[in-house]
Amino acid sequence: MSVQTTVENLKAKFAAAVESVTEFRGETTVVVKKEEIVAISTFLRDEEGFNFLTDLCGVDYLGQSPRFMVVYQLYNLETKERLRVKVGVAEDDTRVDTVTGVWGTANWHERECWDLMGISFNNHPDLRRILMPADWEGHPLRKDYPLQGPGRDPYQGRLS
Amino acid sequence: MATTETMTINMGPQHPSTHGVLQLVLELDGETILKAVPHIGFLHRGTEKLSENRTYHQVLPLTDRLDYLAPMHNNLGYVLAVEKLLGITDQIPERAQTVRVIMAELTRIKSHLVWLACHALDIGAMTVFLYCFREREHVMDMYEKISGARMTSNYFRVGGLSADLPDGIEKEMRDFIAAMPGHVDTYEGLLTGNKIWQKRIMGNGVISKEAAIDIGLSGPSLRGSGVDWDLRRDNPYCGYDSYDFEVPVSDGCDTWARYRLRLKEMRESCKIIAQALDRLEPGPILADVPKVCLPPKKDVVNTIEGLIHHFKIISDGFKPEAGEIYQGVENPKGEVGYYLVSDGSAKPYRMKIRPASFVNLQALPQMCEGSLIADLIAVIGTLDIVLGEIDR
Repeated sequence: MSVQTTVENLKAKFAAAVESVTEFRGETTVVVKKEEIVAISTFLRDEEGFNFLTDLCGVDYLGQSPRFMVVYQLYNLETKERLRVKVGVAEDDTRVDTVTGVWGTANWHERECWDLMGISFNNHPDLRRILMPADWEGHPLRKDYPLQGPGRDPYQGRLS
Repeated sequence: MATTETMTINMGPQHPSTHGVLQLVLELDGETILKAVPHIGFLHRGTEKLSENRTYHQVLPLTDRLDYLAPMHNNLGYVLAVEKLLGITDQIPERAQTVRVIMAELTRIKSHLVWLACHALDIGAMTVFLYCFREREHVMDMYEKISGARMTSNYFRVGGLSADLPDGIEKEMRDFIAAMPGHVDTYEGLLTGNKIWQKRIMGNGVISKEAAIDIGLSGPSLRGSGVDWDLRRDNPYCGYDSYDFEVPVSDGCDTWARYRLRLKEMRESCKIIAQALDRLEPGPILADVPKVCLPPKKDVVNTIEGLIHHFKIISDGFKPEAGEIYQGVENPKGEVGYYLVSDGSAKPYRMKIRPASFVNLQALPQMCEGSLIADLIAVIGTLDIVLGEIDR
């Protein structure tokens, strides 16, 4: 079963939820509606064999709509293939349903995504900050978060 | 009626056997662990945020500092990712590919040596530590001759290598890999048949195949639970598919199984290096892509094209077309992956690192809960974590 077949099956099953499919450098990216992410994840794991969640992260496309994307890097341990699934997250509702019930490894990845990107996950069992201190304010990987941290002059480059 | 209370204690962040600044909050009933909660982030340096503000070439030295026990693997993952983003993967010269494989496997040996040394030391076998560090020192010397640094190598470049191998290094490598299997025999002689060692790690840190996949373990930790998956063989890069090597797999699911197969991996790495040394031919070490790869110094000072390219690459950097890619490599600890998003500018719009240790550490609570506190030390050792990579 190839990734193309998986995408076809996904389109057939969740016709309304699949927003776009792109190919770049031999990698397939599927953008889906965020409301359906748990159902789609379960389908991909159980029916299509994508049983390994390699990575999960958020990307901030400041100035675009939707502003955020949550990216799921999936891997099929049988066929050794990769598939990337993305969901758009609007700035005024930065919440996505958790996929910890589908892949247990999502737990820490989602905590990191909350910590650094400020995207929260509904029904997550333990949504705390993970890399930054517990009392930190703001989410450092957002594009509008200053590189030098809050309350400091912006970096001017090396002067010498 | 006697009542017992549970006790909550801190282990770390400055505890010698937590391999860095890992803090574990343990809830104990006597010596039995009821609950273990890892706290990380003490070494967070914001690598991903920093990389968004640097050109692609400037990001490379940041990657050394992730898993500092296997710096070349981090470099390798990053340069492969950028090459994939640029679409120049098939233009990398043969010699550069082969040297990358040699260095990657030397690094694997080096990283596994630290794992074995510290794992054994934590459990109380001090002699092994000294032997392992003796061999590691040889690798470090070679590292220094090749890249100029013992740990922060920064040796690979987008498109190839920063410099060719120094004279005489091939003989040194051949001597090293000829002696290395004998050294592994020595470690095995000290540990494998040792009753104390066996009692400490057999049946310790058990994780089933299903649980290991669910929690996302990778590398030797996953192969120790019976999953036959190695990126070098299954999603080959750098021409790994043309080498003849075995991927050790064990379905023991415990620390013993992981110990045995990491030792086998060191032997396999020696075989790969031997094959790579045999096919090492003189040739270019950098791809012929002038807009990406820095020209040789003699071209910079003698030709106008060389000077312009040098100036443009250093001042502006190169601009990959907009797109996104993911590249994973088989780090000694598991899968290290780079997810790069380009918006067509000279800096990565987003770089997400998939750290192997971060994900592997997540399995720690379920591997140690219910066991004794002394067994936790063995579990930390067998997961082979590096905090530089976890915290980024």
